[in-house]
Amino acid sequence: MRSWEWARPVRPVRREVLSAVPELEEGRPPLLLVPGFGHGAWAYAENWLGHVAARGFSAYAMSLRGHGGSAPAPEATLRAYAHDVVQVAAGLPRRAVLVGHGAGALVVAHAMARYPAQAAVLVAPVFGGWATFGTALRRNPFGTLPAVFGAGLRLNRRQLFSGELPEADARRHAGRLGRAARRAQWQLLTGTDPEPAVGDPPVLVLGSPDDRVVPAAALNRAARRYASAPLLFPGMGHDLMLDARWREPIDAILDWLIKNPGRDDLG
Amino acid sequence: MPTSPEPGRPDPETTTLARGPDGRPVSDRGDTVCVIGAGASGLTAVKNLAEHGFGVDCYERETGVAGAWNWRHDRSPVYASTHLISSRPFTQFPDFPMPDHWPDYPHHSQLLSYFERYADHFDLRRHIWFGTEVVRVEPVGDDRWDVTTRSTGGYGPERTSRYAAVVIANGHNWSPKLPRYEGLEQFRGEVMHASSYKDSAQLRGKRVLVVGAGNTGCDIAVEAAQQASRCWHSTRRGYWYAPKYVFGRPADQVNDLLLALRVPLRVRQWLYHRTLRLTVGDLTRFGLPKPDHRVYETHPIANSLLVYHVGHGTITPVPDIARFHPHSVELTDGRQIDPELVVFATGYLPRFEFLDGKILGDDEGVGRPRLWLNALVPDHPTLAVTGLVQPDSGIFPLAHWQAVLFARLLATRASRPERAAAFAAQVRAGAGERYSGQVKDSTRHWFEVGHADYLRALERALRELESK
Repeated sequence: MRSWEWARPVRPVRREVLSAVPELEEGRPPLLLVPGFGHGAWAYAENWLGHVAARGFSAYAMSLRGHGGSAPAPEATLRAYAHDVVQVAAGLPRRAVLVGHGAGALVVAHAMARYPAQAAVLVAPVFGGWATFGTALRRNPFGTLPAVFGAGLRLNRRQLFSGELPEADARRHAGRLGRAARRAQWQLLTGTDPEPAVGDPPVLVLGSPDDRVVPAAALNRAARRYASAPLLFPGMGHDLMLDARWREPIDAILDWLIKNPGRDDLG
Repeated sequence: MPTSPEPGRPDPETTTLARGPDGRPVSDRGDTVCVIGAGASGLTAVKNLAEHGFGVDCYERETGVAGAWNWRHDRSPVYASTHLISSRPFTQFPDFPMPDHWPDYPHHSQLLSYFERYADHFDLRRHIWFGTEVVRVEPVGDDRWDVTTRSTGGYGPERTSRYAAVVIANGHNWSPKLPRYEGLEQFRGEVMHASSYKDSAQLRGKRVLVVGAGNTGCDIAVEAAQQASRCWHSTRRGYWYAPKYVFGRPADQVNDLLLALRVPLRVRQWLYHRTLRLTVGDLTRFGLPKPDHRVYETHPIANSLLVYHVGHGTITPVPDIARFHPHSVELTDGRQIDPELVVFATGYLPRFEFLDGKILGDDEGVGRPRLWLNALVPDHPTLAVTGLVQPDSGIFPLAHWQAVLFARLLATRASRPERAAAFAAQVRAGAGERYSGQVKDSTRHWFEVGHADYLRALERALRELESK
């Protein structure tokens, strides 16, 4: 029973979806890349999108409402973000693999309760909670504290990237960051847990022990929720898809998808 | 859950051959489940069974998916202007939303594309045998079923396959129900059932009598009001004609807001009556009969335009038909009218022509089976009917959860037989249960369900199945 949701459907918005399709369709499931708060589809377009397509998977990167090239939505909630993901996923030609980064992983976890994904990959997942908030507060008090009062959550370069990324690139990426809606930010602290996933999809969790946003304990907690252990990439920052060694995590994800059919109808 | 190695087509080379009771070869499909029909309910049954690890063979008599919603299909009741009666959130599958930029009440062609995308997205077509109709379904002991099929139209040989379970999703809006009237045979005008109504051009310039105040009857009456030279609309009783929008939103969304707030039925009825009174006012002053029931006691009619056209004098409401004369129709109030065309929008009856009526507890063969949750069959734990509900809302979410329940039940039979046996006892005990408030009895209202009550009952059943 979802009377409450049925009675109040999410308002439609224009959504930005970037895609890269391999030259040869090999019957592999498409990947839908969901960026975290503040990021847009551009974060994936930088490196991962083309690489995924080059390896024979069609890849789609979207921007949540209010981010990147999607229409502005200052009053959006986590539910609206999850709605965006499900809408884009259901619009793809085949059952999709959902890949969520940062708070986008939480959005994906919510979306999984509304869409039977082929599989899901949570990259450096931010599931919210007080511990994560404490870490953010310690590392970047001036970027985090105003968010409590409704301002945009600001992340600095040192939180997001490792030292290996050239300073100019880090500055360029950080300059493109936007912000999530304040209600969605609050829901990181106060929101309810995602409902159980439908269709029993296999889930991979990966992250970095040197991530300055997601503490290792939070990473383990997120992985335990899906009865697995996180795959670790030491020395990388929070934004694994933009960092200097972006190639390693995405290759690991694709290898996992090829190796782990998960459900028997995966080609 | 063991699955057949290749969940695609039955292949006589790889399956073991058994002999049927009449000595004909039967190809044994092991744990595969048979789904009859690839309409909305059939598709969601295929998808959910496959998702639970079952091999699935689906037989569809037409050459495409979407059953009733594909208007090229000869059993489709859809007419050119058909739009949804329930708004989008109530009509989509819960795990495959319609695009949110679609209108609140999509057109039937959008529904068709929605089902085609559903089939492609979840790769369902490889499970479906198109152009194949089911001739017979027979129980063969051990809760297994022999399903005999042949090419649609009766060409080619029959072939029998043995399945672990059968899901009947053959739809209930294709076998027209025609009422009997005295003198109908002598009537010289044209008579048609709404199932053969396709396009408003059929009404143009004629004097038309539309019989029946279902959603179809109201739609046709509204089209006749615009196209025909004269339109009478005959109804047995007065109805509540709900507008499609109230308070600036689709009416069913407002209703579910009240349901979510747990507003009791009586209060909702009062609010409803109040709202109608404030917007369309007293219908009896247009000559419409006063409803003899409270709202929510018959299948809801959502039509904003009917009252509008009655108010413009382009629809004349008339009472029930008494008898037909060669050139006129006599009404129960003694009036005589002279229509050229009579459209019977008198509904459909569910029919299971391939199955012995006794199996579904339909002893008289009147298309009124005795089931639990309108889906599960007492004493036949591996048989289910999906989509045989007439909800006051969209039907597809209900069919989805029916399919999920049946798939979990089959899985439970393998993993925890004792739990499944207890559940079967419950099916027996609960057969014939109803899921709506008080409703007026008729051949259509026996499977009327309130979507909220029904979904809660399904949810309880799912919980019980999962419990220890």
